[in-house]
Amino acid sequence: MTPLLQVTGLSKHYGARIGCAGVAFDLYPGEVLGIVGESGSGKSTLLNCLAGHLTPDRGQVLFDTRADGLRDTVTMSEPERRMLARTDWAFVHQNPRDGLRMGVSAGGNVGERLMAVGGRHYGRIRDTATDWLGRVEIAADRIDDRPSAFSGGMQQRLQIARNLVTGPRLVFMDEPTGGLDVSVQARLLDLLRGLVREMGLSAILVTHDLAVVRLLADRLMVMKSGHVVEAGLTDQVLDDPQHPYTQLLVSSVLQM
Amino acid sequence: MNAPGASPPDPRSIWTKKKMMIELNGVGKSFTLHNQGGTEIPVLAGAELSVAPGECVALTGASGAGKSTLMRMIYGNYRTQAGSIRVGGVDVTAAAPREILRLRREGLGYISQFLRVVPRVPTVAVVAEPLLQLGRPRDQALDVARGLLHRLNIPERLWDLSPTTFSGGEQQRVNIARGFAHAYPALLLDEPTASLDAVNRAVVLEMIAEAKARGAAILGIFHDVAARDAVCDRAVDVGAFTPGAVQ
Repeated sequence: MTPLLQVTGLSKHYGARIGCAGVAFDLYPGEVLGIVGESGSGKSTLLNCLAGHLTPDRGQVLFDTRADGLRDTVTMSEPERRMLARTDWAFVHQNPRDGLRMGVSAGGNVGERLMAVGGRHYGRIRDTATDWLGRVEIAADRIDDRPSAFSGGMQQRLQIARNLVTGPRLVFMDEPTGGLDVSVQARLLDLLRGLVREMGLSAILVTHDLAVVRLLADRLMVMKSGHVVEAGLTDQVLDDPQHPYTQLLVSSVLQM
Repeated sequence: MNAPGASPPDPRSIWTKKKMMIELNGVGKSFTLHNQGGTEIPVLAGAELSVAPGECVALTGASGAGKSTLMRMIYGNYRTQAGSIRVGGVDVTAAAPREILRLRREGLGYISQFLRVVPRVPTVAVVAEPLLQLGRPRDQALDVARGLLHRLNIPERLWDLSPTTFSGGEQQRVNIARGFAHAYPALLLDEPTASLDAVNRAVVLEMIAEAKARGAAILGIFHDVAARDAVCDRAVDVGAFTPGAVQ
């Protein structure tokens, strides 16, 4: 099987400060990779470099495109990268306000991404939007409401529907359950797990919540000061951590 | 490569052609506690073990001897510092994460003492999950799950509730149902009968015997001696693998 994403030697500096350095990994179709670490460890910098929101100083991000096979998304043209971001990629922000258009109806938010890839038939777009609202457990009669009238959990589910409606192959998630209360988190985790399995998605999930990665991620990378200090199978890294920092991170979780 | 016209190799053949399903050679394990002065705790050394298809082997030894640790190493949950652990031809100590995940999906089941689930997910879906991961149709997977829950005497009114609020014995039976949903060629059991009443204990022993009969290689920890004697063909004392022990 060919990896969907091959990352080598990826580095990003902010002046003299390290954002992330020397990151390398392969991601295979259907795999969910978790990236954990404390605030400032470089996990969001890495995610943004992978998703084309930041330009890395060095390194390659090879993505297996449908049309041309492996392409380096760092060196491809901006229009090509934007096209990928609208079709094969999706990005779920921590704050739904960053990923939604708050002044546009729920249906419009989902339909907009369909129109961006050439959807023109209003009836069909609305049907697809209704179907997707149902899949993320938003009642069909809310289709014309704006997201500003939704709860935080509903906004996050709407953001997920907007992102997945075009059938992406790779989803970037930045703290997707952060800021939600625990009962809403559980519902969202269950939903994401189901969608990942049914659609065969690959995903890269950044979070500081070890319980979330245990439930969602197949593999884990632990970051500290911009470097990946440990990587492996999620339950192995969490249950038998090898690096001093990972041991500290795991032992610092409050038991309940 | 296959000759032209030859049928493609059966991907499952690795599960049927091996003489030994589970095979450990010279396995060693130690924990290093970096945040407690770098203390190194040696746990196992020179562990040798094999389980053939259709055989059930008990791991014995005093509490703290490393029975559960060894089982977790075979499942790839703990890292191995020395030796090799082969399950159906895959060396767990050297395999990439996705190879271990595939092994766990298709070939190696593990029933631990603890049930770990996403809150809110109904019991019947928890039990069906291993089959859904294998791509079995949803209806079929749920049918198998219902059958197992019925057999393990979980009342039907609980099937659509999350098991997180169930009693210890009920949770354990849900765990067992999930572990038996797919007919794994190799199975690890950590105290499968620990908190069960006599009726359910008998059901679980019957299920273990059936798994053996279909050719599963089973490695188990049983503190319940009668249960061990009922299903196990032989025992391996983990105490012999204690570092520094006379062998």
